[in-house]
Amino acid sequence: MASTPEPSPTPGWFEERIGLRSIRAFLAHKTVPVHAGTLWYYFGGVTLFLFVIQVLTGTLLLLYYRPSAAEAYESVQFIMTRVQFGWLIRSIHSWSANLMIFSAFIHMFSVVFLRAFRRPRELTWFSGIGLLGLALAFGFSGYLLPWNTVSYFATKVGTDMAAAVPVVGRNLARFLRGGNDVGGATLTRFFGFHVAVLPGATTLLLLAHLALVQKHGMSSPQWAVDDYGRKGQPVPQMPFFPNFFLRELMAWYAALGTLGFLAAVLPWELGVKADPFAPAPAGIRPEWYFLAPFFTLKLIPSHIWVFEGELVGLLGFGLLAVWWVALPFWATDRQGHERTRWVTGAGVALLAYLASFSALGYWR
Amino acid sequence: MKLTLMVFSIGIPLAAADSCIDCHSVLEGSLQAPAKSFANDVHARFGLSCADCHGGNRSETDPEAAMSKAHGFVGKIPRTAVPDRCAHCHSDARFMEKYKPRQRVDQLAQYKTSVHGKRLASGDLKVATCIDCHSVHDIRDVKNPLSPVHPLRLPETCARCHADKAHMAGYKLTTDQFASYRKSVHWQALAERGDLSAPSCASCHGNHGAQPPGVGSVAAVCGTCHVMMEDLYKKSPHEPVFAAMGAAGCVVCHSNHEIRPPSVAMLAGPTAVCSQCHDAASAGGMAAAEMSRQITSLEKALARSDEILATAQQSGMEVSEALLRQREGRENLVKAAVAVHAFRAAAVQKPVKEGLAIAAETYQAGVGALEERRFRRLGLSVSLIVIALTLLGLRLAIRSIEGGSTKTSSIAER
Amino acid sequence: MEARRRNLIRWLLGGGFSASLASFLYPAFKFMNPPEVPEASVNEVSAGRVQDLKPNTGKIVKFGSLPVLLVRTAETEWRAFSAVCTHLNCTVQFQESSRQIWCACHNGLYNLNGQVVSGPPPHPLEPYSVHVRGDEIVISRRA
Repeated sequence: MASTPEPSPTPGWFEERIGLRSIRAFLAHKTVPVHAGTLWYYFGGVTLFLFVIQVLTGTLLLLYYRPSAAEAYESVQFIMTRVQFGWLIRSIHSWSANLMIFSAFIHMFSVVFLRAFRRPRELTWFSGIGLLGLALAFGFSGYLLPWNTVSYFATKVGTDMAAAVPVVGRNLARFLRGGNDVGGATLTRFFGFHVAVLPGATTLLLLAHLALVQKHGMSSPQWAVDDYGRKGQPVPQMPFFPNFFLRELMAWYAALGTLGFLAAVLPWELGVKADPFAPAPAGIRPEWYFLAPFFTLKLIPSHIWVFEGELVGLLGFGLLAVWWVALPFWATDRQGHERTRWVTGAGVALLAYLASFSALGYWR
Repeated sequence: MKLTLMVFSIGIPLAAADSCIDCHSVLEGSLQAPAKSFANDVHARFGLSCADCHGGNRSETDPEAAMSKAHGFVGKIPRTAVPDRCAHCHSDARFMEKYKPRQRVDQLAQYKTSVHGKRLASGDLKVATCIDCHSVHDIRDVKNPLSPVHPLRLPETCARCHADKAHMAGYKLTTDQFASYRKSVHWQALAERGDLSAPSCASCHGNHGAQPPGVGSVAAVCGTCHVMMEDLYKKSPHEPVFAAMGAAGCVVCHSNHEIRPPSVAMLAGPTAVCSQCHDAASAGGMAAAEMSRQITSLEKALARSDEILATAQQSGMEVSEALLRQREGRENLVKAAVAVHAFRAAAVQKPVKEGLAIAAETYQAGVGALEERRFRRLGLSVSLIVIALTLLGLRLAIRSIEGGSTKTSSIAER
Repeated sequence: MEARRRNLIRWLLGGGFSASLASFLYPAFKFMNPPEVPEASVNEVSAGRVQDLKPNTGKIVKFGSLPVLLVRTAETEWRAFSAVCTHLNCTVQFQESSRQIWCACHNGLYNLNGQVVSGPPPHPLEPYSVHVRGDEIVISRRA
């Protein structure tokens, strides 16, 4: 247990100008609950760590990458073959993107199952969903940048889906593509999104998300509160610094080892340069994190009653998203009782849907 | 009758009265069939109709009047009269100008020089006439894949007669050409790769002037595409020898219909072609053996490089430049195969030497790629060890802070 | 015991952190160091000096990963085309006698606009732009 530090005789040079003592004091008091579900508390930090990896490797790649249809593929090839450790930076960037999104999903589902979205943490939940959306946008925009066959056609399919949205669809697709078709304009635009717009938005939303987390502290699930309450105790806590943080560091190092292994043993492929005039190869599909909605749309018949099947599908996804974002509101009834079974059921159902349809989309 | 045909052949698409089609489409069997299939005919598209070939008057609804001799009605056209009937329009340049100005108008003239044409003139009704190849009543453009004379369907059209033993009995011809051709590299190119420029029956034998080839003509035909081989062959010792023997140049070694993809197996070994004339100890036999040895050595070297580059590529190493160089190496293999037609080992040696140099280069590139792979895996192992040690250090640090146990009570603060 | 244990931890952690820091910084700095060939020559390729190619001759130049045929048709006129035959991908060459581009594999012929004159090739050759800078010939992709 940390003892109250004695005040130094004179405030240091930095202390006088920046004044970090209040932050340090805050950090010294931050705690994390200890119970059967503590393992899941690491995933927010892991996602953040992987995001930082993305920013660092992405910045390095920026030194050589060229965002034009004529040069993009060749510049990536240049990085992979001529730049020292280029293969490492590029493969880490591609793998870390996937691991980050996977970690974000784990983080979200653990929040659902541990009920960390309850009052007063609704805004944290909204900002988190927003960050997940931004991560998916990062993935979608980044996927096009190597300008190979797979990424070109996956982007075509993806923006086609945007065009199917009613009313705004056509304009939305034009906005995304920078024109009527996927081409050099799309590449430059996606590059702008990927390195400027999305990082800016993510930084702001991330700061808000983290600030809210610090403000409200770490929540404990009701079952933990009840379990310990029956023994007449509060939920035990461990200090964030150094106990939880050291453990978090272990998770980060494990992630690092995984990334290194993947980059060295399963390097990200270069593919074949995109040729817009060639026909789409069979079996084009988007990256794994878009497979579930993609496969769902494939299954929907072309017409349901009088409506176009794709429209119904997109509407369904939209409603699902709205319902999911509004989770904190319908998770408790008017009397304040938690709809436990509903929330757990919804979480399990969504997880099962995403997992099974992603698998189906991959193997079919 | 000529006047009638001319009047009705002006070619104004008459959406109006065509009593031929109107009546015959409600009849049955063989009287109905032509009317039904005519919708697919290229002549129908230009507004031509039954009466333009068979005579008669299409605007008369009374059958007797429509099919009257006064209107030039001929009815079923006898086989011997078919070519002239078609040529009535198709050999008239002025007339064809209105429909297809670039189409040739010498088909009948060509046909008359052919075996088919000459035999038909002497009364043999078993030979091919226009309608046997181009079909009748549903004649399609040559470029239409459904046309019997489209490059992809032409061989089976010729085979309808030429592969039929019963039909060909009495002629001094074999009936195995189609079966042989189907095993050939040309048919592979046509049918499997869809390369419509690949030769089929008409490419070598001509389409209307279907002459059986004599000695000189086949060698000339092969050389229209395979120029380099022909050039070398003409300067080689084989040319005067085969010409004197009355043998058909390229066909002696490569066959005429069953032209297989060439390989060193033709030079040496149990299926060799050279050894059919040359003793192993003779100059020719030794040249063949040496050429085979050279080409085989290049094939082996390129295969060795292929293997190592494939291994490197599979483990994720970037070897695209080396693979490109392999392409150049294989070009040398092609050049060596062409050089065989000079029938001198020295000619083959030049491209083989260049190819071997390239193969050595690409092999080294493969070795380098595998070296790089080893280096990366070494680097990975080192960094994994460092990470493992750090993880150990972190674990120990946690343990020591929490008093040697990770039980809740010891880490719980309050 | 305790002191030795704490020392071990300090060594492991300190060593581990600095080693991992080094293993991040080393590749990162090496990465930032520009390689020998500073960029992929993708859009433009130097094809030698003006003096090295006589009028009415041609030569093959490597452009990225594929061959390009450079032809000097007159004293001051240059043409360049993809040298990959559109029939079966053999490398074409300039035929001085007929002033045409010829493919030795199956006798395909193209004219000096890249269009097919005779033989099996199904498509014309893709043209490239040629500029002369001083006495250097530069081939670049058409916009």
